[in-house]
Amino acid sequence: MLGLEGIAVPLGMILTVLSTLLCIIYGIKNWNKGYITEEEIAQEREWLQENNKVKENL
Amino acid sequence: MSMPLLTTVVLVYLFIVGFLTIKAYRSTNNAADYMLAGREIHPFVMAMSYGATFISTSAIIGFGGAAAVFGMSLLWLTFLTIFVGIFIAFVFFGRRTRIMGLNINAHTFPEFLGIRFNSRGIQGLTGGLIFLAMPLYASVVLMGGAKFVAQILSTDYNAALFFLTIIIAIYVIMGGLKGVMYTDAFQGSIMFCGMLALLCITYYKLGGVIEAHEQLTSMKDIAIAIFGAKGHTGWTSFPTLGSPYWLVVVTTIILGVGIGVLAQPQLIVRFMTVKSNRELNRAVLIGGVFIMVAVGVAFVIGALSNVFFYYHDPATTGKIALLAADKNVAQIIPLYISHAMPQWFTAIFMVTLLSAAMSTLSSQFHAMGTSLGRDIYEKALGLSGNSVLITKIGILFAILISYFLAWGLPAFFEGGTAIIARGTAIFFGICAAAFLPMYFGAIYIPRMSKAGAYASFITGTLVSVFWIFFIHEKEAKPLMLCKTLFGVDSLASGTLWTLVDPLVIALPASIIATLIFSRMGSKLPQAHIKACFHNILYFKK
Repeated sequence: MLGLEGIAVPLGMILTVLSTLLCIIYGIKNWNKGYITEEEIAQEREWLQENNKVKENL
Repeated sequence: MSMPLLTTVVLVYLFIVGFLTIKAYRSTNNAADYMLAGREIHPFVMAMSYGATFISTSAIIGFGGAAAVFGMSLLWLTFLTIFVGIFIAFVFFGRRTRIMGLNINAHTFPEFLGIRFNSRGIQGLTGGLIFLAMPLYASVVLMGGAKFVAQILSTDYNAALFFLTIIIAIYVIMGGLKGVMYTDAFQGSIMFCGMLALLCITYYKLGGVIEAHEQLTSMKDIAIAIFGAKGHTGWTSFPTLGSPYWLVVVTTIILGVGIGVLAQPQLIVRFMTVKSNRELNRAVLIGGVFIMVAVGVAFVIGALSNVFFYYHDPATTGKIALLAADKNVAQIIPLYISHAMPQWFTAIFMVTLLSAAMSTLSSQFHAMGTSLGRDIYEKALGLSGNSVLITKIGILFAILISYFLAWGLPAFFEGGTAIIARGTAIFFGICAAAFLPMYFGAIYIPRMSKAGAYASFITGTLVSVFWIFFIHEKEAKPLMLCKTLFGVDSLASGTLWTLVDPLVIALPASIIATLIFSRMGSKLPQAHIKACFHNILYFKK
């Protein structure tokens, strides 16, 4: 198959292509899913303020 | 090689790297910017940075050369790096790591584990292991880059090493993780284009995809005549099950790197640099395609170089790749490039390799610097100071250690380049055994105790070190400790155990220790667990 011998190496090549396709399909399907929530934005802001406070104290 | 062409290409490349560093330097204002790139990195930059950090000169030159010897069975490693290193890593590890990292405000991988297990000791030990073991990996990547530069420019190795180190030091220390990731993305794009061009030109030269594979398959008898005793069955088939070559290909190359990628501190920290899970979802697509090209091409080209040298190159007709390169595995890919590719491509490939070396090194230096500055000095030792400044000093220390190792290693190891792939495999194996079960427990097992985390780390580290020094002959022999203490190169001399990679023994041992001890010792406070797993345990997105 594909000019290669036996089963293991052609299988490795096919799995390489399939796993890449899996990544592509997953990426496209979830392209707009999981965007940052309001809660996470507030959490980030809180950490940033805390970091700045530590910096000022130093 | 046209020197004006090469000089122009390299100068343009360095100018762009410099521009990106200054851009990052100007937008770095605090510790989160310096260590986590402000947690708002674009998915393209994140994916390319992840891929470019993973793929070093070792992957292209070291493992590409290994494919010329072992053949296309290494494609299984390409499959694992995409499926495990990208899909599993991003979807099953990345999402939880990002959310937990934000929940606990972790800035580094050791800090992530330290806060999760409520232990400054774990943070210090993890940071310590990274700071002790990573210079070996960094120094071999630095060595690979400097050796290639020295060879192409016909200059002294030490001079090439010095200038390469200076250039990387400037942009890592100045730009922090933003500088590292911006330049990584640029360098990753160069690597992608360079490797893709290499694949197309090679197949074109050898008469097409199937024709090239068939020519390699027809060389089966030559492979068996030369390597048959060790289990080689041809460059397009798998080595004989249980043979010495099978053990090296499966345990060291495929599993060692394919599993080890999940526990690389410099890669894990990238999950915490993006704004949301959406960026991680998008990065899966970009990373998957990038790794297929960057890793897959090196392995296919490495194996096919046998056809080129044996049939198509007048200077080496009748010689397989290994013999054409005077039995120097690390020399096979550079030799193939200089003999098979047009002159303009050598300049492009020079920049491709420079990118591979620099992108990996910059991330290694950053990870080592933050380990020393943030994790050991500030957290484990409880000393206070300016976080960014201490990290910068840590990076400087890491660069100096790696530089001196890269300067001294070639003097101790004959040939120098042989240590490149080995150093990479050692580091990947140690990381997998010491960190993977603890890291998995941190994000998936809320009830895992501090004792379980310690047991996992200590068992994985000790078993790895024991196997490297006393059993695995490739390391035990040059390290000579076993010979000094027991008078033999390996305690398992004469058996196939000497070929089994440390990871295959140390990782299961570490998993068993984790399972036994994770229910022992004092439990972590419920409020702490809830804070860590906030938005994770009932997270449905």
